[in-house]
Amino acid sequence: MMAAGTALEPMTADAAEEIAARALDPANELVTAAEEFSRVVERHRPQIFRFLLASTRDMDLAETLTQECFLKAHRNWGSFRGESTAMTWLMRIAINLQKDHWRNRRMQFWRQTQNNSVDMDEASEWLASGESSVERQLLAQEQVRHVWTAVKGLSERQRTVFLLRYVEEQDLSEIARATGLSEGTVKAHLSRAVGKVRAELGGRR
Amino acid sequence: MNFSGNERKLRTEQSQPVESGVAGDMELALKNFRHSVVAWSDAAYSRPRTIVQAQPRQIARHGSWRLATGWALGCAVLAGAMAGVGYERHQRQEVARVAAARAAEQQKMISEQQRLVREELARADEEDLLTKVDSDVSREVPSAMEPLAQLMAEDERQ
Repeated sequence: MMAAGTALEPMTADAAEEIAARALDPANELVTAAEEFSRVVERHRPQIFRFLLASTRDMDLAETLTQECFLKAHRNWGSFRGESTAMTWLMRIAINLQKDHWRNRRMQFWRQTQNNSVDMDEASEWLASGESSVERQLLAQEQVRHVWTAVKGLSERQRTVFLLRYVEEQDLSEIARATGLSEGTVKAHLSRAVGKVRAELGGRR
Repeated sequence: MNFSGNERKLRTEQSQPVESGVAGDMELALKNFRHSVVAWSDAAYSRPRTIVQAQPRQIARHGSWRLATGWALGCAVLAGAMAGVGYERHQRQEVARVAAARAAEQQKMISEQQRLVREELARADEEDLLTKVDSDVSREVPSAMEPLAQLMAEDERQ
């Protein structure tokens, strides 16, 4: 058992070893690729983690899937041709991993009776510190709780599109590339998702 | 590893009302939601972690145990179901065989009875015919024997 009191890189030992082994390769091309990949990891990992955390509401699962995402990306880094941005490519991997995860859970004989997902109240406790008064903070918290409730009720696709749009602030074409859907389909999912969120906010007011 | 605070702030501030239908309270709610997720994610991302090396193996072992148990139970249920189906089929075949044997037995009995009836009828016919022949023969006596025949008839009457 190894304990660490400081923030650790959420990267598995295998992934780190793999990257290190490649970096030590005498071929310069590989070293350059490893450095480039390291920069990509450093730049995009928080965003991928945030998307997966919002999708799963489970910190451990989000970390695991983030690690898997970057491990997969590293293995396929050579085949990345730059047709889309690295972020879009990574997001696509993350979305597919998330889908696979839920599919695998559905295939299990029985589901875990309790998973590690936090409930709406806990998730909505987090607020930006910019709110001036307690009253406004409470109001914001209430709104966030309602949005979480609505997000929980969305289908997998609607939730993905909604989070990419309103949390990651991606535009429709980026979302379409990341999800592999057409822009029209993205729009339709987004519209339904927004409708449900609006209904939730309107109904509880 | 934290987000670049300036970059996020810039993106957040630059964000337009995202959809034409999203305005007012809805926009505010979505903005609060985004801030909340970002704050939560930042905190989760930079939290101190304890890495327990044995944990993944434990989880994997636990998971594989669950999976193995699941498969074993599944196989047992499947085997039970198949055995039940086999037994049911065997029972049906047995019942059908017994029913067929009974039907054959009944058929045989019916045939036997019919045969007996036919024989009885044939015997009765034969007896009737003989009786008729007898009576015909007894009636058709030569004229020379006529008086004697009358006497015999009287004797019989007496």
